[in-house]
Amino acid sequence: MIALAYSTVGVLSFENESSFAPSYGLAMTRALILLRRRLVGSVFVLLIVVIGSFLLLEAAPGDAVDAYIVSTGGDAGMIELLRHRWGLDQSELTRLANYLWALLHLDLGHSVTFSRPIRDVILERLPTTLILMGSATALSFGLGSALGIYAGAAPGSFRDRFLSVGSLALYAVPGFCLGLVLIVVFAVDLRWLPIGGIETIASAKTGLERAADIATHLVLPVSALGVIYLALYLRMMRAGMAEAWRQDFVLAARARGLPRRRIVLAHVARNALLPLVTMLGLQSAQMLGGSVVIESVFAVPGLGRLAQEAVAGRDTPLLLGIILVSAVLVIVINLLVDLAYAFLDPRVGASEAGA
Amino acid sequence: MPELTISRRGLLAGSALLLASTALPAIGRAQAPKKGGRLIVAADSEPRNLNPAIVASNGVFFISSKVVETLAEASFDGKDGLEPRLALSWEGAADGLSVTFKLRDGVKWHDGKPFTSADVAFSALQVWKPLQNLGRTVFKDLVAVDTPDNLTAVFKFAKPTPFQLIRNALPALSSVVPKHVYENGKIEDNPANNAPVGTGPFKFAEYKAGQYYRLAKNADYWGMDEPYLDEIVYQVLPDRTSAAAALEAEEIQLAAFSAVPLADLDRISKVPGLKVVTKGYEGLTYQLVVEINHRRKELADLKVRQAIAHAIDEDFVVKTIFLGYAASATGPVPKNDPQFYTADVPTYPFDVAKANNLLDEAGYKRADDGKRFTLKLLPAPYFNETKQFGDYLRQALAAIGVDAEIVNNDSAAHIKAVYTDHAFDLAVGPPVFRGDPAISTTILVQSGIPDGVPFSNQGGYKNAELDALIAKASETLDTAARTELYREFQKKVAADLPLINVAEWSFISVARDTVGNIANNPRWAVSNWADTYLAR
Repeated sequence: MIALAYSTVGVLSFENESSFAPSYGLAMTRALILLRRRLVGSVFVLLIVVIGSFLLLEAAPGDAVDAYIVSTGGDAGMIELLRHRWGLDQSELTRLANYLWALLHLDLGHSVTFSRPIRDVILERLPTTLILMGSATALSFGLGSALGIYAGAAPGSFRDRFLSVGSLALYAVPGFCLGLVLIVVFAVDLRWLPIGGIETIASAKTGLERAADIATHLVLPVSALGVIYLALYLRMMRAGMAEAWRQDFVLAARARGLPRRRIVLAHVARNALLPLVTMLGLQSAQMLGGSVVIESVFAVPGLGRLAQEAVAGRDTPLLLGIILVSAVLVIVINLLVDLAYAFLDPRVGASEAGA
Repeated sequence: MPELTISRRGLLAGSALLLASTALPAIGRAQAPKKGGRLIVAADSEPRNLNPAIVASNGVFFISSKVVETLAEASFDGKDGLEPRLALSWEGAADGLSVTFKLRDGVKWHDGKPFTSADVAFSALQVWKPLQNLGRTVFKDLVAVDTPDNLTAVFKFAKPTPFQLIRNALPALSSVVPKHVYENGKIEDNPANNAPVGTGPFKFAEYKAGQYYRLAKNADYWGMDEPYLDEIVYQVLPDRTSAAAALEAEEIQLAAFSAVPLADLDRISKVPGLKVVTKGYEGLTYQLVVEINHRRKELADLKVRQAIAHAIDEDFVVKTIFLGYAASATGPVPKNDPQFYTADVPTYPFDVAKANNLLDEAGYKRADDGKRFTLKLLPAPYFNETKQFGDYLRQALAAIGVDAEIVNNDSAAHIKAVYTDHAFDLAVGPPVFRGDPAISTTILVQSGIPDGVPFSNQGGYKNAELDALIAKASETLDTAARTELYREFQKKVAADLPLINVAEWSFISVARDTVGNIANNPRWAVSNWADTYLAR
């Protein structure tokens, strides 16, 4: 469900690639135009995401009260009382309308699973997920493209084959499985790193000490999450470079007698980089989804685990809140990617600037 | 070799479960308790409401029972299986219309205010009776609580209520909350529900969502020299495999409620410094039950139900699914219950040939493909073992020509499908036996329960004789006579099979050797841990 919402966002925010007219307008203007277009589109995307998710969750059997009484039991009177208190005795349409009306006032509502305002619940988890996702993305993008350059510098060589096959093998490993292996090796047997959590519990550490503590806790989950997606960047970089080697400008560069190192980095790799930036935007959405599993295995209190709890508890407003925040996150990231594009590639957004 | 291990373990665990109620007053008392230290415990879920007076469930007690105390706690060797907590004594009137509690003197709430009979009266009338999941049934006839002095509370009932029932309900249903904290505003919305205030050995200190709960020592606790621990920290570990790993890595010292999966226990018991403890849960017995929808015409036939009972190899279930950490069941009261259990009931030994004959007699001959009829089977998803038993049951039914289609749901969907929509033919459920059949056992077979009530008879079973027996027992005051009626109840249920009791099991704790005084009462995991200590 969440993945669906993400992909909708992803697809809709990538429809601009075909504007080709060359322009010499300022990159800044193009960026602003992009921004305006994106923001208008985003509102509709978000509305579709919210209504779609609401209907999907409504279609799931059982409601928040059913999920609650699993652990408590209770008689008919108590169940009726709960349904009434949690507003579940109203019709679906009324609840959707109420939710949208509250949303219009920037109110995400009240979570019945946590008995707290949803805004607080999400804000508490958001930084954790952002750190986890950001570090993992940086790892997979950085290491992936670096290894991709290494492999793509000599397509078809042994190191190319080795890296390509190796990264694919990692990509094929399920996230939780890799996570558990890492835990057994590094936390249980070697005891180099903590087993899970985001920081040492109830340790009262502050400042730099706390940051270092969080960093050590992040090593394993970030590796598990990042290493898997590394293959994507590696393969893409390598393929792009293999393609670029055959282009005339490479031949020209060679003919000019440029050092090989310079040809690889400044000419071949640079040309292969653009699709990777696109991938980075798309990938950020997938990372949010992939972190559900990793967050559970490593007991990291992030948005992914919260979403899982919201579904299990049939807490519709909470799940909608998470989806909304995630969707906004994905839109913002893609916007940044597009902006980066506008700077990297002069063709993007140029048609409107010229008109 | 593996077979040998299983049978030895099975024997040990099985006999432990049976004997534990009498045999074990103490474990680990050889060392002298030490003071201080932080005990880190694995928690697999985060209850949304921590008020045990409203939500009487093990998930809540696990954390809150250290903060909020009950009037009495279960005990291996105390009179009537109880030992005093906030109440020192309890006495029922001969007419069943009142129960008098004498309360402990000098007890203070965590905020410093004195604990009095007014708090007990408030908790009983304003919380247990109208709001508590179990109290709404047990205390339904409670009309008033008189407080002649600060240390006496007299419960008054509109109808004669068996004192035995009230007594048996005390450990789980009688959490006392402070009146002065709850008297203003709606009780359900009180912030103290998420940061409880009580009289217990530990104060609620801190909760970080998704990370941990921290309880800190209550220096003013009424118990002599107690508590021993400075702090208890519950680390939230949602993934079951991580609890075992965290124990091995010495990041936590205790995983209760079978947080370590049964399949890992054999390995983990060999890790130096860790111990596997099967005691301390005798008062928290779960029953593995096949729930039956009697609206299906085949299942309304007693012979078919008997055939299904004969088709289940209880021994196999205990040894293979529960790896020996369970006991086979004979009826609706578990074998380890000291008051009510009787073995004198009809039994259904594993006998496939007999089961096939019974089905033939009932007129459900095998068709050409070998099948007699098809059933929809819904295993409850709450425990690994209920899901695994669902798979086993499907095979066992196939052997007698009954084709079972398994429908897997998550918890909320399962509750809705079985208890509201009745969209099942057979379901596998884990009801809890709470020390008295009237608390949560008789409703499994009683008729006339509205749709939507979970863990109750939603299979459309109706037996006027059994209903009359249940009604009579609920108003029989004499303990011996009442107990006899519940023995009769077990016989009738085992004879007519409104549901099939297959096995009964409880939980396992895994702890570091340094954790002392664990498992020293029948509800240890959900008791107050005042005497638990860490030997360093």
